[in-house]
Amino acid sequence: MAVIEIKNVAKRFGDYQALHDINMTIEDQEFMCLLGASGCGKSTLLRIIAGLETATSGEVWIGGRRIDNLSPKDRGISMVFQNYAVFPHLTVFENIGFGLRMQKLPNDEVKRRVERTAELMHIEQLLKRYSGELSGGQRQRVAVARALAMEPDVILMDEPLSNLDALLRMEMRAELKGVLAESKTTAIYVTHDQVEAMSMADRISVMHEGRIAQNATPVEVYRNPAEKFVAGFIGNPPMNFLDAKSAGSGNWTVAGQSFAGPAIDKAAIEFAIRPEDMAPAETGIAATARVVEPLGAHLLVTCDVGGTLFRAVLDSDLVVHPGDILTLAPQADRIRWFDPETTQALS
Amino acid sequence: MSTAATDMPGNTRKAGRYVYIAAVVLLCAWVIVPLYFLLINTLSSPEAVNSFPKSFIPEFDLGSLSFFANFAGMLTALKNSIIVAGLTMIMSIAIGAPAGYALSRFDFPGKELFRMLILLTRAFPLPLLALPLAVMFIRTGLDDTAFGLALVHTTLAVPFAVLITFSLFSGIPIELEEAAWTLGCTRLTAFTKVVLPLILPGITASAIFAFVISWNEVFAAAVLTIENRTLTAFLLQNLDTSPLHLKFAGGFILVVPALIFIFAVRKYLFAMWGIANR
Ligand SMILES: Nc1ncnc2c1ncn2[C@@H]1O[C@H](COP(=O)(O)OP(=O)(O)OP(=O)(O)O)[C@@H](O)[C@H]1O
Ligand SMILES: [Mg+2]
Repeated sequence: MAVIEIKNVAKRFGDYQALHDINMTIEDQEFMCLLGASGCGKSTLLRIIAGLETATSGEVWIGGRRIDNLSPKDRGISMVFQNYAVFPHLTVFENIGFGLRMQKLPNDEVKRRVERTAELMHIEQLLKRYSGELSGGQRQRVAVARALAMEPDVILMDEPLSNLDALLRMEMRAELKGVLAESKTTAIYVTHDQVEAMSMADRISVMHEGRIAQNATPVEVYRNPAEKFVAGFIGNPPMNFLDAKSAGSGNWTVAGQSFAGPAIDKAAIEFAIRPEDMAPAETGIAATARVVEPLGAHLLVTCDVGGTLFRAVLDSDLVVHPGDILTLAPQADRIRWFDPETTQALS
Repeated sequence: MSTAATDMPGNTRKAGRYVYIAAVVLLCAWVIVPLYFLLINTLSSPEAVNSFPKSFIPEFDLGSLSFFANFAGMLTALKNSIIVAGLTMIMSIAIGAPAGYALSRFDFPGKELFRMLILLTRAFPLPLLALPLAVMFIRTGLDDTAFGLALVHTTLAVPFAVLITFSLFSGIPIELEEAAWTLGCTRLTAFTKVVLPLILPGITASAIFAFVISWNEVFAAAVLTIENRTLTAFLLQNLDTSPLHLKFAGGFILVVPALIFIFAVRKYLFAMWGIANR
């Protein structure tokens, strides 16, 4: 049982507040992705959990044990690094067996576990090689195998696939997910690639400027962003935003159209819709097409609605030319609303 | 036509090779020719040394060498030199390597100043320091001991040891150490199991450097020792007034042990310069 609890963790580097009061629970055997833009503090949080960095304040608990005062080796974690960190002076076999040797396991047990994890990661034919004789993808497999061979309660990964090319990344993504599910470890996976996060995670924590903006399942994060930042960060192309003026009793005027929305006492809020949640119709938002990009399955049309950038993903059978005025009807149950002051979602 | 076209790159490549070979030959000659003359003159009879023209084939007259071998104090001086250089090597690594590690891995106030100060230790000419040092050594009883001289040589060698090990440690990604920590190592075991094997060739090279600095150093050795002279100080004292053939033999005796030593550990020197053999 390895539930990870992060309680009020904050971190400063001198004057710079890298993490603000992070609270988070990761369930046993859960696969959690920390997703966020570069510099938002993902690695810092992960390294605090690993014990490579000390929090300025707050506590970290793993499996009901407070571990933030322990050294990395006593925390029951293992870690996969972005640059692999495969030891260059040891063979692949000795790399994978490094942690087991530190535990002073007998030779045959080390051999058994190294061979089993090597097989799992499909590198059993590389065991005699040195790191200098491996490709990037193979090195990454060694790094993952080395972490798995420890049979840790928790495995921490900091952008493990970011140095691989796109195709290999996709392949490793699926494989890694399978291997981790089988190994029954709790996993925290740092990435800035939202596709990676969406496809692998049980739950995503979207981080923004040292805070957790939202912590929910991938579909929830996509469908119901908790704040405007998440809505703009997740999805490619991201969500569209338009100004909404109050028309009384929960109705809002958006680009000349009236929509039912939250019944709150505000003069102006923000209307949001995903580009794929719209279709051309008789009545709707009038959008002037500026750029038309056929993407095969879809047509990405970048439009202009009263001076605001607005994107629509439409059926590729449609014929649209730049300058055309489209009438786009949003799907009513997919419309979201945000408070412009707090940037939080409204319902 | 076609043959000319295909020959062209071959010709330029060939020309490049000749230049390369010529440069290598020239460099080797630069080093080897003086050593060779040293060898010839050492192995020649006193008459041959003073005559002209020189023969290119040594006579294998061991007179000068056996003179030195039997010369009182010669072997003791050689032994002293080895002891002092060995001590210098050990002390400068023992002091320099941890300092290099700290400089590359930790942030502490005054780090830049510290780096400057390390270099500044080389800014004081030894002759300036010699007199006060001699007085201090006599007071503390360190004068005329191998350890005392090794201390002085260590201060000469330490800046290099620090700077060389600093760059060695900086070349090792911190992630390797961090990975070792998460795999069950303490700071110390991570150092011995991961960092040390990776920098050992470089450490050895900087140790050799310290050895050579001490071996060649003559000023402090001459001032600070009387009975326990090192080879350089001993030869300086005795060769001044010796005939030419003995000077050659003395120079030969001084050069050869250092050459043998460097030849024995050349693998590590190459490793430091990145011409690693593996
Ligand atoms: N040792 C440090 N000293 C000072 N500032 C630091 C240190 N480490 C990180 N920071 C700062 O803390 C912030 C968060 O860094 P962190 O490495 O956690 O970002 P990240 O989310 O992992 O980004 P990336 O996706 O680029 O890896 C950054 O602004 C960074 O400059
Ligand atoms: Mg990072």
